[in-house]
Amino acid sequence: MIHTWSSLISTLFLLLLCVTGLPLIFHHEIDELLGYGPKPEIARPGAVKRSIDEIARTALANDPGRVLQYILWDKDEPNTVIAFTNNKVDGDPDAATLRAYDAHSAKPLGSVGGGPMLIFLKLHVDMFAGRPGKLFLGAMGFLFLVAIISGVVLYWPFTRRLSFGTLRDKSRRIAWFDWHNLLGAITIAWALVVGATGVINTLAEVMLSQWKATELADMVKPYAGKPPPVHLASLDATLEKARKTTPDMNVSFVAFPGTPFTSSHHFAVFMRGHTPLTSRLLKPVLLDGETGEVSDARDLPVYLKALLVSQPLHFGDYGGMPLKIIWALLDVMTIVVIGSGLYLWVVKRRKHRSHAIAGQPLLQPSG
Amino acid sequence: MTAARKPRSSGNWRAVYGGPILLGVLSTAGLLTALLSEGAGRYFSWIAVGAPVVITAWFFARRRRT
Repeated sequence: MIHTWSSLISTLFLLLLCVTGLPLIFHHEIDELLGYGPKPEIARPGAVKRSIDEIARTALANDPGRVLQYILWDKDEPNTVIAFTNNKVDGDPDAATLRAYDAHSAKPLGSVGGGPMLIFLKLHVDMFAGRPGKLFLGAMGFLFLVAIISGVVLYWPFTRRLSFGTLRDKSRRIAWFDWHNLLGAITIAWALVVGATGVINTLAEVMLSQWKATELADMVKPYAGKPPPVHLASLDATLEKARKTTPDMNVSFVAFPGTPFTSSHHFAVFMRGHTPLTSRLLKPVLLDGETGEVSDARDLPVYLKALLVSQPLHFGDYGGMPLKIIWALLDVMTIVVIGSGLYLWVVKRRKHRSHAIAGQPLLQPSG
Repeated sequence: MTAARKPRSSGNWRAVYGGPILLGVLSTAGLLTALLSEGAGRYFSWIAVGAPVVITAWFFARRRRT
């Protein structure tokens, strides 16, 4: 009963998530193919990178009337700088414009993250329904986890007489039943990990608000009541001070004062480490928006670390192209599990009526 | 019937859950190694996370032969 209903309620949305998730695994490659992945020019050997202040000025000149929210350095594209602009520092994330700039020439390289993949991404993340849509999909993901776990419990009575991997072709229904069991059982760890990390991701904004209300509020206490900065400090000087505070780390992104990732008085420079794991575990350094002096630097709380570590485990983008292909195949297998489950439910319902008359149950636990 | 190659009188939990548990542990190990190590861990993760796909294909091929 739990298995049937938890799956049925979530089926359509899970299919949507699996189907839109499939191209998203190759988001980066597809964007590049369609010309939405800006590539830096090949720099002369020994070429010097432009100052970040210059790139910031170029970004503002490119989008007049807007303000900078974030500047980001992609781990895999060291010669590209990505600037986020918006109509105000705490503007709607959907209104943000992302543009890439060449680190050596400061030339604009085009916008980032647009194109048809954005539609898949929006469908996958919140179905164009903002935060409620996101939390709703989180709930559907939670039902997916319930369906998986209840499926494990049901697996025993249905397969206790069959060896693992039995695929019968007695009838269409039994064939799909065996596929449902085999694929469901064999993908279980992956499906639980991708499902659970997906659910955690839907709570990202809630977690960020929690961090801002507790830890960040505590870190910026000395600034309470002060007016927000009027003249912002030099970005290059600010970034240099952040690097000195966390010597073994690189800058991942800088959040401008007033944006959702920092206070209204501070630049927050988020630093990353060098290994696959530590490059995900960001450490924020808060710097005074006017003087660029370091105010505080603390590790993120456990829940935000869990969120950051859970992201690659959801996206499958952390083990090269072979892992992405495996991710796609496992996703297709999950689609078959969900589809066959729906099929089995429909058939059972249809046949239930005729068999109720004959007094013969259809597919039952072997006892 | 090709189905119950080895019919058992009662259930044997190892025969039923053994395969999935083994593959589950392997998959989880693979998912985590790629996160923790870049070199050899990557190769292991491809094998470990990919194992369910390969074994499914093997079950499918075996079914055709019988």
